[in-house]
Amino acid sequence: MGEVIVVTSGKGGVGKTTTTANVGTGLAMLEKKVVLIDTDIGLRNLDVVMGLENRIVYNLVDVIEGNCRIRNALIKDKRYPNLYLLPSAQTRDKNSVTPEQMKKLAEELKEEFDYILMDCPAGIEQGFRNAIAGADKALVVTTPEVSAVRDADRIIGLLEANEMNETYLVVNRLRMDMVKRGDMMSSDDVMEILAVDLIGVVPDDENIVISTNQGEPLVGSDSLAGRAYMNISRRLTGEEVPFLDLNERSSFFGKLFGKRKY
Amino acid sequence: MGLADFFRKKGTSSIAKDRLKLVLVSDRAGCSPEVMEQIKNDIIAVISKYIEIDLDGLDIKITQTESELRNGSVPALYANIPIKDMKASKK
Repeated sequence: MGEVIVVTSGKGGVGKTTTTANVGTGLAMLEKKVVLIDTDIGLRNLDVVMGLENRIVYNLVDVIEGNCRIRNALIKDKRYPNLYLLPSAQTRDKNSVTPEQMKKLAEELKEEFDYILMDCPAGIEQGFRNAIAGADKALVVTTPEVSAVRDADRIIGLLEANEMNETYLVVNRLRMDMVKRGDMMSSDDVMEILAVDLIGVVPDDENIVISTNQGEPLVGSDSLAGRAYMNISRRLTGEEVPFLDLNERSSFFGKLFGKRKY
Repeated sequence: MGLADFFRKKGTSSIAKDRLKLVLVSDRAGCSPEVMEQIKNDIIAVISKYIEIDLDGLDIKITQTESELRNGSVPALYANIPIKDMKASKK
């Protein structure tokens, strides 16, 4: 029986789709059978981040409306045969799907897959409710900025109200240099404010832009962000992975005052 | 200002953290600044019937307070209302 994980944030542009693509690919690299679902109807993007935009025949709304079988709409990944994408519909609106339908779809996919990752749209409306409907766990992605953290707090409250028991925090796009000089909140600061367990800290890494340009997730590569995403995937499988020490090249004072967690 | 504060003043992250903590108190309580403004005006109206108060020194806000409920912390209405004249509106 598989597990449904929703990747959500409230605020747009903090890295939900990038996180879904990389964590999902990481799980596939760990030999898990994974399906990624883009639930952002009308603004689909997970297909381009995964580099699968040219292979779409059917989409999520086709599956919901019964125009095709689920297996016909699933796109097999370029690199990993145990990784699939269910793309969103680009020319429909959010109300084409209901939370009940999403829940039913998730239940069906659980039979066949180990992990079902839902890439949630920004906002707290119908699209959000659809994405969380069938989820067992939630990854809340935020960046260390007041706007993103505020929205993450709202999302965490809504998840609680919807009886989500397992919510984990991903702090994305952290800039070590800025944290060190006190101009950016650290992952510990964000965790303290939101009071949710941390599952990963992803440093700001230009390799993410480069990999997205190419349509190939960065996870598994030797870059810091690639390693951080792999660690999140491992932690989701239950493995205990220590947080990356991004202070490898840190100063004497940095070491003196204790290492920060990544 | 303590020594810790002196060092922290260097960066803006502590400002971000403090501002966030404040805004989240009213977010979590579901009490927007608009509603606060209405509450404030109503309180002024009621108290002014009996006492003359200092409107400039008035401070009404939502804060957190210790409690045995909800993880040891609940929102509280804090009001500091300086009085100008107790006998302002006799009769």
